[in-house]
Amino acid sequence: MLKVDFRKQLEQFELHMQFQMGQEVVSIVGSSGSGKTTFLNCIAGIVQPDAGGISLHGTDFYKEGKKPLKIQKRKVGYLFQDYALFPHLSAEQNILYGTSRIDDLEHIRELTKILDISLLLSKYPHQISGGEKQRVALARALAAKPDLLLLDEPFSALDDETRSRCQSELLRIHELWSIPIIFVTHRLDDAQKLANRCIRIEKGRMTEQLQP
Amino acid sequence: MIAYDLSPLLLSLKVATISTILVFFTSLILARFMSRHEFFGKSAIDALILLPLVLPPTVIGFGLIVLFGMNGPLGKLLEDLFGIRIVFSWIGAAIASFVVSLPLMYQSVLAAFEKVDPRWENVARTMGVSEWRIFRTITFPLAWSGILAGLILSFARGIGEFGATLMIAGYIPGVTETIPLAIYFAYEAGEMEKAVFWVIVISAVGVTAITWVNYWRKKNACRIGRE
Repeated sequence: MLKVDFRKQLEQFELHMQFQMGQEVVSIVGSSGSGKTTFLNCIAGIVQPDAGGISLHGTDFYKEGKKPLKIQKRKVGYLFQDYALFPHLSAEQNILYGTSRIDDLEHIRELTKILDISLLLSKYPHQISGGEKQRVALARALAAKPDLLLLDEPFSALDDETRSRCQSELLRIHELWSIPIIFVTHRLDDAQKLANRCIRIEKGRMTEQLQP
Repeated sequence: MIAYDLSPLLLSLKVATISTILVFFTSLILARFMSRHEFFGKSAIDALILLPLVLPPTVIGFGLIVLFGMNGPLGKLLEDLFGIRIVFSWIGAAIASFVVSLPLMYQSVLAAFEKVDPRWENVARTMGVSEWRIFRTITFPLAWSGILAGLILSFARGIGEFGATLMIAGYIPGVTETIPLAIYFAYEAGEMEKAVFWVIVISAVGVTAITWVNYWRKKNACRIGRE
């Protein structure tokens, strides 16, 4: 169970998020600059809230007055907007980057099959298309077996056909892995197709919870 | 053809190599620290590191004599503890090279680190990877091209150092005679052929270094590619 109730002062407004979620897919919908990415960054630990708390399965990520949990210890998979693949590493090296030699890699073999990226493994990020990058980045985010998956505008750079395929893959992974997924988007149709719950934020405020 | 004693070349290479190695590690530590921390007096420390860029070499040499001279605090300490004398030795020349090339390397490394997208480091953190491994496998390789340019600049600056070297190390043929000093004193003595010889040698070293860096950077850019 992810519990979120925090405040973070941004330049133009205060971001205030309050909700709970289980093993479901929640979408955060809002226009550019509404605080969506900051919200994900607060959960991942890249940015710290000013007040309140964030916890996952009883472990405090952030609690007012306490030292925040290090990013490395949060076990959060994060797919950044534009994917942020390491440009000097091949797709395979990107995916395996967070794993160690002693790790069981069976789930990664399974991931490469589900995401259909077996033929891309030896290629570098500049040699593959946007949709392929998205799938490699998703495999990388899942490779370390995270307890929570955060996706920042994961389909924004994709054409309609690739978008639809990637969405189906994401749903399949959620079915198989059963981990909570939060993804932010500015497109309501993405949210409605994928999410169990949709939350709209505008200028840092949760304005409504839409029914998908 | 006249045969010249090549000891100035060997000494210059030794001094520039040692100072470049020291400058490399010092700049990495300083740039990493300065790019990640905000604290009171940061601008003053930054200015202090960059000061040798704007000071005349004689002022740097004077400062080094005050510090490392036989009565200077560090000079006395080194001589008492380890029997090392800095003035009138090649070590003095290496320290002079270090001080004048540090700001060049520091600026290059700082700029190279700033060019590394922080998202790459953040995504690595979310994968549970330690800060040291992130630095070793992400930040450093992606900043390497800029760091290498700084290294070559520092090496070239170190091998060409004259004023501060003359003040702290003096001119002792075979002991502290680097190429710039050899050129100056050959010219003073009217030995133009010798001066020209050393001018050609030091220019060749510079051209080779720059050509190699340009080639390497192109090769590296192709290998890394762009996301």
